[in-house]
Amino acid sequence: MMKIRHILLAAAMTLSSATGVLAADKTLRAVVHADIKVLDPTWTATYITTRFAFVVYDTLFAYDSKFQPQPQMVDTWTTSDDKLTWTFTLRPGLAFHDGAPVTSNDVLASLKRWMIKIGAGQAFAKFVAHMDVVDAKTFRIVLKEPFGLVLDSLGSPATAYIMPEREAGKPPNEQITAAIGSGAFKFVREEWRPGNKVVFARNQAYVPRKEAPDMMAGAHLAKLDRLEWLYIPDANTALSAMMTGEVDYYEMPPLDFVRVLKESPDITVRNIDPLGSQILLRPNSLFPPFDNYKARQALLYIIDQAEFMQAVAGDESLYLKFCGAYFLCHSAAETDVGSEPLRKPDFAKARALLKEAGYDGKPLVVLQPTDRPQYNAATAVLIESLRRAGIPVDVQSADWSTISVRRMRRDPPDKGGWNLFITSQGGPDVSSPISNIWFNSRCAEANPGWACDLDLDKLVGTWTRESDAAKRHALIPDIQARAYVSVPYVPLGQYFQPIAYRNNVTGVLDAPMPIYWNIDKK
Amino acid sequence: MAGFILRRILMTIPVMLVVAIVVFLLLHLSPGDPAAIIAGDNATTADVEAIRISLGLDKPLIEQFLLWIGALLQGDFGVSVFNKVSVWTLITQRMEPTLALATVTMSFAVCIAIPVGVLAAWKAGTWIDHLAMGIAVLAFSSPVFLIGYGLVFEFARTLRWLPVQGYTPMAQGFTGFWQHLVLPAISLGLVFAALLARMTRSTMLDVLNEDYIRTARAKGLAPGPVLIRHALKNAAVPIVTTIGLGIALLIGGVVVTESVFAIPGIGRLTIEAVTQRDYPVIQGVILIASFVYVLINLGIDVAYALLDPRIRY
Repeated sequence: MMKIRHILLAAAMTLSSATGVLAADKTLRAVVHADIKVLDPTWTATYITTRFAFVVYDTLFAYDSKFQPQPQMVDTWTTSDDKLTWTFTLRPGLAFHDGAPVTSNDVLASLKRWMIKIGAGQAFAKFVAHMDVVDAKTFRIVLKEPFGLVLDSLGSPATAYIMPEREAGKPPNEQITAAIGSGAFKFVREEWRPGNKVVFARNQAYVPRKEAPDMMAGAHLAKLDRLEWLYIPDANTALSAMMTGEVDYYEMPPLDFVRVLKESPDITVRNIDPLGSQILLRPNSLFPPFDNYKARQALLYIIDQAEFMQAVAGDESLYLKFCGAYFLCHSAAETDVGSEPLRKPDFAKARALLKEAGYDGKPLVVLQPTDRPQYNAATAVLIESLRRAGIPVDVQSADWSTISVRRMRRDPPDKGGWNLFITSQGGPDVSSPISNIWFNSRCAEANPGWACDLDLDKLVGTWTRESDAAKRHALIPDIQARAYVSVPYVPLGQYFQPIAYRNNVTGVLDAPMPIYWNIDKK
Repeated sequence: MAGFILRRILMTIPVMLVVAIVVFLLLHLSPGDPAAIIAGDNATTADVEAIRISLGLDKPLIEQFLLWIGALLQGDFGVSVFNKVSVWTLITQRMEPTLALATVTMSFAVCIAIPVGVLAAWKAGTWIDHLAMGIAVLAFSSPVFLIGYGLVFEFARTLRWLPVQGYTPMAQGFTGFWQHLVLPAISLGLVFAALLARMTRSTMLDVLNEDYIRTARAKGLAPGPVLIRHALKNAAVPIVTTIGLGIALLIGGVVVTESVFAIPGIGRLTIEAVTQRDYPVIQGVILIASFVYVLINLGIDVAYALLDPRIRY
């Protein structure tokens, strides 16, 4: 009898230890698109740092699948009748990874840092009179004038990530390196190997919301024990690792590999981003010919979006054949008003507009980044399109690092400056006139290219102040119509970057970026 | 000998100073700006300028150089401008995979190349010689990345015998350690083995035609002792030189191999630092690589004296 008991005990121990092994093995190995260099989301706007922030930090609000801001750290909130005073209460149980509770002081310090460092926060700051702590869990934001995007600003991916006050309160020009958040996963610093691996562990103390997960909103359920981000710079190696099951998740496989991955019975390839990315052509508004709006309009008649998208994405299922919406197709702000010139190339019309703009026939300086495959491909199409239209081109090819410096220069194109370059942007921020950063037409305050149309900016200002969502929405066609006159940039198309994961990975949510809560591994 | 070693070590000081000045100037005068990369694709000019100021990149070049060299003289290599991790920490984190890869590669290459070279010389003109040298030419002409992809396809993806990528430190178990190093070491080592085999063969051919070898054979010594004790020992100096020079080849190859097999070593650290313009990291890595290179050359010179009693310093 004793013997049988011992055997049963041993079997139970073996089983429990096996279960323990399985539980400990709930590690998702994900290949990420870039090595994370900077952990501070207020220091850089790179996608990898934003994704890192969404793993480690929590936000006050978050977008649901209808792109409506829903409370995340906030429990309840009230608004005064004049819409100028907003009072928020944090939900109970929020704590940072070091065990300290999240307080109103932490929130306000994080909001202040965001309002200094990040474009969306700076826009928000213009409307804020003051912010006050009511008690440990309640804080108040008082506005100077109505601002229709309070909750959107606090819920978009460009929002403030809530940090401990001692971190957020550091001087704005000091990079935060601590990465102590209150999100569903903790950053495991001692296992971080810059250039190779970032490790996160489940935050056992995290209290998720009660609502079902819905894109970035709802319950952030950390079902994995451990999340490993692997940076594998060679795409062929990453593909092989995915095929053999060495890694479970590939967040940005090169679009050329999508077909190969789809053919594998062990791998799911899926587009989780409902909006995708917009690739765009940026003219330099400081110098001729593009200091004249007619020259910028001429660009609309040179572009064939399908050609660009074919070069950028290849597979027809990965892009839209045409999208004339500045604020992305499939978004709430989608409209095709004013986009007629972009529908079909008309080189004669383009030449006529250039002539009206006083273009002297000087070669246009086009920046071509050779180490960014999609930008490189799109730039090759641009060069060919310009030449077909009879416009001479001076191609300046360099690596992205060099291009990113040159495009900041305000020198004339023939003295180290430029006329045209291609870039892209993605996510829900593009669908808002205020957070679509290449749409910003505030001249010297705008991004390189320095789009300058104060009438357009005035329209955006009116849209921003409107607190009635329906009325705000009705202003979008006017804004876009004006944009197609002044042309801050030319939308070259909209494409989708799918992710790939092994079939034993479940619970992957649709979202504008890969998110890791709710994911489980069988 | 001790005096020679001391003199050579002292000579590294001006060499390192020249390297430091040249590297600093090359980096800072070449286009590119880490601040623009940190800020991201969608940053404004003001964002980038704020970061430049916080990194001290707005200061005059001479001031930046003096700050860097001053810290360096106190043993401080600085911190990465991106992740604020100390350069020395980054280098030490990456040292083990690179040293392991280089050691295994070198051992593999030497173990293959010297016997093949000796055999080819001994059987010169026969099919064994032609086959060995034919394979050597093929291996020497093949790009490292191509060999790497081929090995991954066959042994990792098709046969599933070995992992595709990554590195397991020896402290976590020998099995994982060697499994992760086999394919990278073969792909990197084949090129070097081919070079070494050809050098060994030609040097051995010269030695085998010497009078003392003929005498040894005439005395009735077996082929083994003739080849190893008499011929190979006398052919060792050029072979050691080739091994030493091969380490430079290896440094170049490590960069490619570490990228193909996702090994977090010094090679990848260097590439990433260069593409991102992470000045302190590039400067630190190049200084240390230069120092190692000087030491290797010193080691080769010492080996000459040990192998050939006629050489004295």
